[in-house]
Amino acid sequence: MPETTNSDNGVQIDLISGSRMAGLRSMEKIRLILDGVREGNIVILEEGLSPDEESKLIEVTMTEISPDDFSGIEIESYPRAETADQSFLDKLMGRESTKKLTVIGPANQIETLHKDEQLISALVSRK
Amino acid sequence: MMGLLTNLRDSISRVTDRLFASEEPKRIGIYGPPNAGKTTLANRIARDWTGDAIGPESHVPHETRRARRKEDVSIERNGKSVSIDIVDTPGVTTKVDYKEFLDHDMEKDDAIRRSREATEGVAEAMHWLREDVDGVIYVLDSSTDPFTQVNTMLIGIIESRELPVLIFANKTDLEDSDVQRVADAFPDHETVPLSALEGNNMDEVYDKIAEYFG
Repeated sequence: MPETTNSDNGVQIDLISGSRMAGLRSMEKIRLILDGVREGNIVILEEGLSPDEESKLIEVTMTEISPDDFSGIEIESYPRAETADQSFLDKLMGRESTKKLTVIGPANQIETLHKDEQLISALVSRK
Repeated sequence: MMGLLTNLRDSISRVTDRLFASEEPKRIGIYGPPNAGKTTLANRIARDWTGDAIGPESHVPHETRRARRKEDVSIERNGKSVSIDIVDTPGVTTKVDYKEFLDHDMEKDDAIRRSREATEGVAEAMHWLREDVDGVIYVLDSSTDPFTQVNTMLIGIIESRELPVLIFANKTDLEDSDVQRVADAFPDHETVPLSALEGNNMDEVYDKIAEYFG
């Protein structure tokens, strides 16, 4: 991630492309997300994470929570597209359709105001 | 001669496979967000079929901070006996702030300790889900919005592991309970309404457990 000056009066938003994530291992993705979030950034993933990566993200997040420093993450994404549109071959090859925009931020700075199948509305505050 | 031996070996392994497959109780994880009533349900099932409970229940979130097991719970249905191991897991969340416990009349030190145990418990629950359960009972408080990120993610994780899952719409005794809302949120899965606290609709609960996990 390029070095940025996270000034006192702004919130940094990182939009990470699907192709950038595709070149990373699961733990590298989780590290990229959590390092950003722990600096107070909002991380937006163009294509989201696989279910397995989501479960590891929860697990690693839990191990990093510490009082008065980091209270965890807020994460929102659209529900995964039904598996009906996934071909048998995709399933066989372990290809999961995970393309879903995902927003992740520090739990104490982002609050979901509204969420449905088509709209996620969030309030982001400064630290 | 070799063919005969191979046949014999195959049939022996088929018999032992079947023996172990049916004898080994399925390990069923009770999952869901904090305060959905997972422990109340686990205790209800354990008391109904074994006579004793699994763990303490409470209104304070994260009362269960370790996965607790009750092994070999035999549920009798239609003259047959279905044996399961119940794993009551800590409520899954993506955030834990010790300050929330201060509202429940807790000292700061206790609140910090509770939050640390809670985070360890959630990590443990995720680990169990990835490695060690054969089926899932997903418990929701039917008086709250089921359409949350944690629920969506967990159901996605369960589906990706191809584990059999039943959705339990708990707390039907509450005035705001809306079972249909839960069923609509997870249309691919069977939703069973119940009140684990009051013991309502437990017959259907046990029928479904036997049907899905037997």
